[in-house]
Amino acid sequence: MLSGKTALVTGGSRGIGRAIAIDLAKNGADVAVNYSGNEEKANEVVKEIESLGRKAFAIRANVANADEVNSMVNEVIERFGRLDILVNNAGITKDNLLMRMKESEWDDVININLKGVFNCTKAVTRQMMKQRSGRIINIASIVGIAGNAGQANYVAAKAGIIGLTKTTAKELAGRNITVNAVAPGFISTDMTDQLPEQIRNEMLKQIPLGRFGEPNDIANMVTFIASDKSSYMTGQTLCLDGGMVMY
Amino acid sequence: MADVLERVTKIIVDRLGVDESEVKLESSFKDDLGADSLDVVELVMELEDEFGMEISDEEAEQIVTVGDAVNYIQSKL
Repeated sequence: MLSGKTALVTGGSRGIGRAIAIDLAKNGADVAVNYSGNEEKANEVVKEIESLGRKAFAIRANVANADEVNSMVNEVIERFGRLDILVNNAGITKDNLLMRMKESEWDDVININLKGVFNCTKAVTRQMMKQRSGRIINIASIVGIAGNAGQANYVAAKAGIIGLTKTTAKELAGRNITVNAVAPGFISTDMTDQLPEQIRNEMLKQIPLGRFGEPNDIANMVTFIASDKSSYMTGQTLCLDGGMVMY
Repeated sequence: MADVLERVTKIIVDRLGVDESEVKLESSFKDDLGADSLDVVELVMELEDEFGMEISDEEAEQIVTVGDAVNYIQSKL
Protein backbone atom coordinates (compact mmCIF):
# COMPACT_ATOMS: atom_id res chain seq x y z
CA MET A 1 0.00 0.00 0.00
CA LEU A 2 2.92 2.35 0.73
CA SER A 3 5.77 0.89 -1.27
CA GLY A 4 8.23 3.48 -2.53
CA LYS A 5 7.05 5.99 0.07
CA THR A 6 9.05 7.41 2.93
CA ALA A 7 7.83 8.57 6.33
CA LEU A 8 8.95 10.51 9.35
CA VAL A 9 7.25 9.63 12.64
CA THR A 10 7.91 11.94 15.57
CA GLY A 11 7.97 10.32 18.98
CA GLY A 12 8.38 7.01 17.19
CA SER A 13 10.26 5.10 19.87
CA ARG A 14 7.35 4.14 22.10
CA GLY A 15 3.60 3.75 22.39
CA ILE A 16 1.38 4.85 19.53
CA GLY A 17 4.31 6.29 17.55
CA ARG A 18 6.13 2.98 17.67
CA ALA A 19 3.07 1.11 16.41
CA ILE A 20 2.61 3.65 13.62
CA ALA A 21 6.26 3.45 12.50
CA ILE A 22 6.13 -0.34 12.35
CA ASP A 23 2.76 -0.49 10.61
CA LEU A 24 3.85 2.00 7.93
CA ALA A 25 6.90 -0.20 7.33
CA LYS A 26 4.78 -3.36 7.21
CA ASN A 27 2.86 -1.71 4.42
CA GLY A 28 5.98 -0.89 2.47
CA ALA A 29 7.25 2.51 3.64
CA ASP A 30 10.79 3.40 4.71
CA VAL A 31 10.64 5.15 8.06
CA ALA A 32 12.70 7.69 9.99
CA VAL A 33 12.05 7.20 13.69
CA ASN A 34 12.34 10.41 15.65
CA TYR A 35 12.96 10.35 19.40
CA SER A 36 14.00 12.89 21.98
CA GLY A 37 15.28 10.88 24.93
CA ASN A 38 15.13 7.17 24.44
CA GLU A 39 17.70 6.22 21.81
CA GLU A 40 17.71 2.57 22.84
CA LYS A 41 13.95 2.20 22.29
CA ALA A 42 14.18 4.07 18.99
CA ASN A 43 16.90 1.69 17.81
CA GLU A 44 14.71 -1.28 18.72
CA VAL A 45 11.99 0.12 16.44
CA VAL A 46 14.56 0.61 13.69
CA LYS A 47 15.70 -3.01 14.02
CA GLU A 48 12.15 -4.25 13.86
CA ILE A 49 11.51 -2.23 10.70
CA GLU A 50 14.72 -3.48 9.12
CA SER A 51 13.66 -7.04 9.89
CA LEU A 52 10.61 -6.31 7.72
CA GLY A 53 12.95 -5.52 4.85
CA ARG A 54 12.42 -1.76 4.93
CA LYS A 55 14.93 1.01 5.49
CA ALA A 56 14.86 2.85 8.79
CA PHE A 57 16.99 5.00 11.03
CA ALA A 58 16.61 6.70 14.38
CA ILE A 59 17.01 10.46 14.55
CA ARG A 60 17.11 12.64 17.64
CA ALA A 61 15.38 16.01 17.80
CA ASN A 62 13.29 17.92 20.28
CA VAL A 63 10.29 18.89 18.17
CA ALA A 64 9.80 22.05 20.25
CA ASN A 65 13.08 23.35 18.83
CA ALA A 66 12.76 24.64 15.25
CA ASP A 67 16.49 24.40 14.50
CA GLU A 68 16.65 20.79 15.60
CA VAL A 69 13.54 20.01 13.56
CA ASN A 70 14.94 21.64 10.44
CA SER A 71 18.18 19.65 10.67
CA MET A 72 16.22 16.47 11.25
CA VAL A 73 13.98 17.01 8.22
CA ASN A 74 16.95 17.91 6.04
CA GLU A 75 18.71 14.74 7.06
CA VAL A 76 15.64 12.59 6.39
CA ILE A 77 15.27 14.09 2.91
CA GLU A 78 18.98 13.64 2.24
CA ARG A 79 18.96 9.99 3.29
CA PHE A 80 15.65 8.97 1.74
CA GLY A 81 15.67 11.33 -1.25
CA ARG A 82 12.03 12.30 -0.67
CA LEU A 83 9.46 12.59 2.10
CA ASP A 84 5.88 11.49 1.54
CA ILE A 85 4.44 11.08 5.01
CA LEU A 86 4.85 13.09 8.20
CA VAL A 87 3.23 11.76 11.35
CA ASN A 88 3.19 14.34 14.13
CA ASN A 89 2.91 12.05 17.09
CA ALA A 90 5.41 13.31 19.69
CA GLY A 91 3.69 14.38 22.87
CA ILE A 92 4.00 14.54 26.62
CA THR A 93 1.65 15.03 29.57
CA LYS A 94 2.15 17.16 32.67
CA ASP A 95 -1.25 16.89 34.27
CA ASN A 96 -2.48 19.17 37.00
CA LEU A 97 -5.61 21.00 37.99
CA LEU A 98 -5.74 24.41 36.36
CA MET A 99 -5.46 26.12 39.74
CA ARG A 100 -2.29 24.20 40.54
CA MET A 101 -0.75 24.15 37.09
CA LYS A 102 2.66 25.79 36.92
CA GLU A 103 3.52 28.05 34.04
CA SER A 104 6.34 25.66 33.15
CA GLU A 105 3.90 22.74 32.95
CA TRP A 106 1.73 24.72 30.58
CA ASP A 107 4.66 25.86 28.45
CA ASP A 108 6.34 22.46 28.18
CA VAL A 109 3.20 20.70 26.98
CA ILE A 110 2.20 23.45 24.55
CA ASN A 111 5.74 23.68 23.16
CA ILE A 112 6.16 19.98 22.51
CA ASN A 113 2.60 18.95 21.67
CA LEU A 114 1.45 21.97 19.66
CA LYS A 115 4.45 24.04 18.61
CA GLY A 116 6.18 20.77 17.72
CA VAL A 117 3.47 20.06 15.14
CA PHE A 118 3.89 23.55 13.70
CA ASN A 119 7.68 23.19 13.52
CA CYS A 120 7.62 19.79 11.82
CA THR A 121 4.82 20.71 9.42
CA LYS A 122 6.57 23.89 8.36
CA ALA A 123 9.83 22.03 7.86
CA VAL A 124 8.40 19.34 5.55
CA THR A 125 6.13 21.61 3.54
CA ARG A 126 8.84 22.77 1.15
CA GLN A 127 9.72 19.23 0.10
CA MET A 128 6.10 18.12 -0.20
CA MET A 129 5.20 21.21 -2.26
CA LYS A 130 8.03 20.40 -4.65
CA GLN A 131 6.87 16.80 -4.88
CA ARG A 132 3.31 17.98 -5.46
CA SER A 133 2.18 15.33 -3.00
CA GLY A 134 2.29 14.57 0.68
CA ARG A 135 0.44 13.32 3.71
CA ILE A 136 0.58 15.08 7.04
CA ILE A 137 -1.08 13.15 9.85
CA ASN A 138 -1.43 14.72 13.25
CA ILE A 139 -2.10 12.74 16.38
CA ALA A 140 -4.58 14.78 18.39
CA SER A 141 -6.73 13.34 21.17
CA ILE A 142 -10.36 12.89 21.99
CA VAL A 143 -9.84 15.22 24.97
CA GLY A 144 -9.07 17.99 22.47
CA ILE A 145 -12.73 17.72 21.50
CA ALA A 146 -14.40 16.79 24.79
CA GLY A 147 -12.13 18.43 27.38
CA ASN A 148 -10.70 16.66 30.42
CA ALA A 149 -10.29 17.82 34.00
CA GLY A 150 -6.65 18.01 35.05
CA GLN A 151 -5.30 18.41 31.52
CA ALA A 152 -5.75 22.07 30.63
CA ASN A 153 -2.36 22.21 28.92
CA TYR A 154 -2.72 18.90 27.06
CA VAL A 155 -6.31 19.59 26.00
CA ALA A 156 -5.45 23.09 24.77
CA ALA A 157 -2.56 21.67 22.74
CA LYS A 158 -4.67 18.88 21.25
CA ALA A 159 -7.54 21.23 20.39
CA GLY A 160 -4.92 23.49 18.85
CA ILE A 161 -3.69 20.62 16.69
CA ILE A 162 -7.21 20.10 15.36
CA GLY A 163 -7.42 23.78 14.32
CA LEU A 164 -3.92 23.69 12.87
CA THR A 165 -4.88 20.59 10.88
CA LYS A 166 -7.79 22.42 9.25
CA THR A 167 -5.77 25.52 8.39
CA THR A 168 -2.81 23.58 7.03
CA ALA A 169 -5.20 21.44 5.00
CA LYS A 170 -6.69 24.56 3.38
CA GLU A 171 -3.29 26.12 2.66
CA LEU A 172 -1.77 23.01 1.10
CA ALA A 173 -4.74 21.43 -0.67
CA GLY A 174 -3.79 23.09 -3.95
CA ARG A 175 -0.47 21.23 -3.85
CA ASN A 176 -2.00 17.80 -3.40
CA ILE A 177 -0.90 17.61 0.22
CA THR A 178 -3.55 16.34 2.60
CA VAL A 179 -3.56 17.08 6.30
CA ASN A 180 -5.69 15.10 8.70
CA ALA A 181 -5.79 14.34 12.40
CA VAL A 182 -6.51 11.21 14.35
CA ALA A 183 -7.99 11.64 17.81
CA PRO A 184 -7.32 8.57 19.94
CA GLY A 185 -9.41 7.88 22.99
CA PHE A 186 -8.01 5.77 25.78
CA ILE A 187 -5.16 3.73 24.30
CA SER A 188 -3.03 1.34 26.37
CA THR A 189 0.49 2.83 26.37
CA ASP A 190 3.19 3.84 28.86
CA MET A 191 1.48 7.23 29.05
CA THR A 192 -1.92 5.88 30.09
CA ASP A 193 -0.55 3.02 32.21
CA GLN A 194 0.52 5.67 34.71
CA LEU A 195 -3.10 6.49 35.55
CA PRO A 196 -4.53 5.10 38.80
CA GLU A 197 -6.67 1.99 38.45
CA GLN A 198 -9.77 3.77 39.75
CA ILE A 199 -9.57 6.36 36.98
CA ARG A 200 -8.99 3.64 34.40
CA ASN A 201 -12.11 1.83 35.55
CA GLU A 202 -14.14 5.03 35.44
CA MET A 203 -13.00 5.64 31.88
CA LEU A 204 -13.85 2.11 30.82
CA LYS A 205 -17.48 2.73 31.78
CA GLN A 206 -17.63 5.56 29.26
CA ILE A 207 -16.45 3.47 26.32
CA PRO A 208 -19.38 1.91 24.40
CA LEU A 209 -17.12 -0.72 22.81
CA GLY A 210 -16.14 -1.78 26.32
CA ARG A 211 -12.36 -1.90 25.97
CA PHE A 212 -9.34 0.33 25.84
CA GLY A 213 -7.78 0.82 22.44
CA GLU A 214 -4.48 -0.66 21.35
CA PRO A 215 -1.72 1.32 19.60
CA ASN A 216 -2.44 -0.73 16.48
CA ASP A 217 -6.00 0.61 16.35
CA ILE A 218 -4.45 4.02 15.71
CA ALA A 219 -1.66 2.74 13.47
CA ASN A 220 -4.12 1.05 11.11
CA MET A 221 -5.94 4.32 10.55
CA VAL A 222 -2.71 6.25 10.08
CA THR A 223 -1.60 3.76 7.42
CA PHE A 224 -4.90 4.20 5.64
CA ILE A 225 -4.59 7.99 5.69
CA ALA A 226 -0.99 7.72 4.51
CA SER A 227 -2.06 5.65 1.50
CA ASP A 228 -3.54 6.77 -1.79
CA LYS A 229 -6.89 5.34 -0.68
CA SER A 230 -7.55 8.42 1.46
CA SER A 231 -6.88 10.89 -1.34
CA TYR A 232 -10.25 12.71 -1.14
CA MET A 233 -10.04 13.41 2.61
CA THR A 234 -8.36 16.47 4.08
CA GLY A 235 -8.76 18.68 7.14
CA GLN A 236 -10.58 15.95 9.07
CA THR A 237 -10.24 14.71 12.61
CA LEU A 238 -11.09 11.04 13.01
CA CYS A 239 -12.02 9.87 16.51
CA LEU A 240 -10.78 6.39 17.38
CA ASP A 241 -12.12 6.03 20.86
CA GLY A 242 -14.43 3.04 21.05
CA GLY A 243 -17.37 5.39 20.68
CA MET A 244 -16.61 7.57 23.72
CA VAL A 245 -17.33 10.83 21.94
CA MET A 246 -19.87 11.03 19.16
CA TYR A 247 -20.59 14.30 17.44
CA MET B 1 21.71 41.11 -15.29
CA ALA B 2 20.38 39.78 -18.56
CA ASP B 3 21.29 36.25 -17.57
CA VAL B 4 19.60 36.53 -14.18
CA LEU B 5 16.47 38.05 -15.72
CA GLU B 6 16.39 35.30 -18.31
CA ARG B 7 16.62 32.54 -15.73
CA VAL B 8 14.07 34.21 -13.44
CA THR B 9 11.70 34.71 -16.37
CA LYS B 10 11.93 31.07 -17.35
CA ILE B 11 10.97 29.98 -13.84
CA ILE B 12 8.05 32.41 -13.74
CA VAL B 13 6.77 31.26 -17.13
CA ASP B 14 7.02 27.60 -16.09
CA ARG B 15 5.48 28.09 -12.69
CA LEU B 16 2.72 30.59 -13.38
CA GLY B 17 1.92 29.61 -16.93
CA VAL B 18 2.12 33.19 -18.16
CA ASP B 19 3.48 34.35 -21.49
CA GLU B 20 7.11 35.46 -21.55
CA SER B 21 6.04 38.85 -22.91
CA GLU B 22 4.03 39.50 -19.74
CA VAL B 23 7.08 39.17 -17.51
CA LYS B 24 8.51 42.67 -17.08
CA LEU B 25 10.73 44.03 -14.34
CA GLU B 26 7.86 46.09 -12.95
CA SER B 27 5.36 43.20 -13.04
CA SER B 28 3.96 42.34 -9.63
CA PHE B 29 3.73 38.59 -9.06
CA LYS B 30 0.33 38.85 -7.43
CA ASP B 31 -1.25 41.82 -9.21
CA ASP B 32 0.05 41.33 -12.75
CA LEU B 33 1.06 37.68 -13.06
CA GLY B 34 -1.85 36.06 -11.24
CA ALA B 35 0.17 34.43 -8.46
CA ASP B 36 -1.39 33.70 -5.10
CA SER B 37 0.58 33.81 -1.83
CA LEU B 38 1.57 30.16 -2.07
CA ASP B 39 2.73 30.61 -5.68
CA VAL B 40 5.08 33.35 -4.52
CA VAL B 41 6.45 31.10 -1.77
CA GLU B 42 7.05 28.40 -4.38
CA LEU B 43 8.69 30.82 -6.79
CA VAL B 44 11.07 31.93 -4.07
CA MET B 45 11.87 28.27 -3.35
CA GLU B 46 12.67 27.66 -6.99
CA LEU B 47 14.81 30.77 -7.20
CA GLU B 48 16.73 29.52 -4.18
CA ASP B 49 17.41 26.25 -5.97
CA GLU B 50 18.23 27.87 -9.31
CA PHE B 51 20.72 30.31 -7.85
CA GLY B 52 21.96 28.18 -4.96
CA MET B 53 21.10 30.69 -2.27
CA GLU B 54 18.94 30.88 0.78
CA ILE B 55 16.34 33.64 0.95
CA SER B 56 15.06 34.27 4.47
CA ASP B 57 11.33 34.66 5.15
CA GLU B 58 11.88 38.34 5.94
CA GLU B 59 13.71 38.95 2.69
CA ALA B 60 11.21 36.93 0.70
CA GLU B 61 8.40 39.16 1.95
CA GLN B 62 10.11 42.13 0.29
CA ILE B 63 10.03 40.47 -3.12
CA VAL B 64 6.90 41.81 -4.79
CA THR B 65 7.87 42.38 -8.41
CA VAL B 66 10.05 40.58 -10.93
CA GLY B 67 12.54 43.43 -10.58
CA ASP B 68 12.69 42.90 -6.79
CA ALA B 69 13.62 39.27 -7.36
CA VAL B 70 16.24 40.08 -10.00
CA ASN B 71 17.80 42.84 -7.89
CA TYR B 72 17.87 40.66 -4.81
CA ILE B 73 19.58 37.82 -6.65
CA GLN B 74 22.06 40.24 -8.30
CA SER B 75 23.02 41.62 -4.91
CA LYS B 76 23.74 38.15 -3.56
CA LEU B 77 25.66 36.69 -6.46
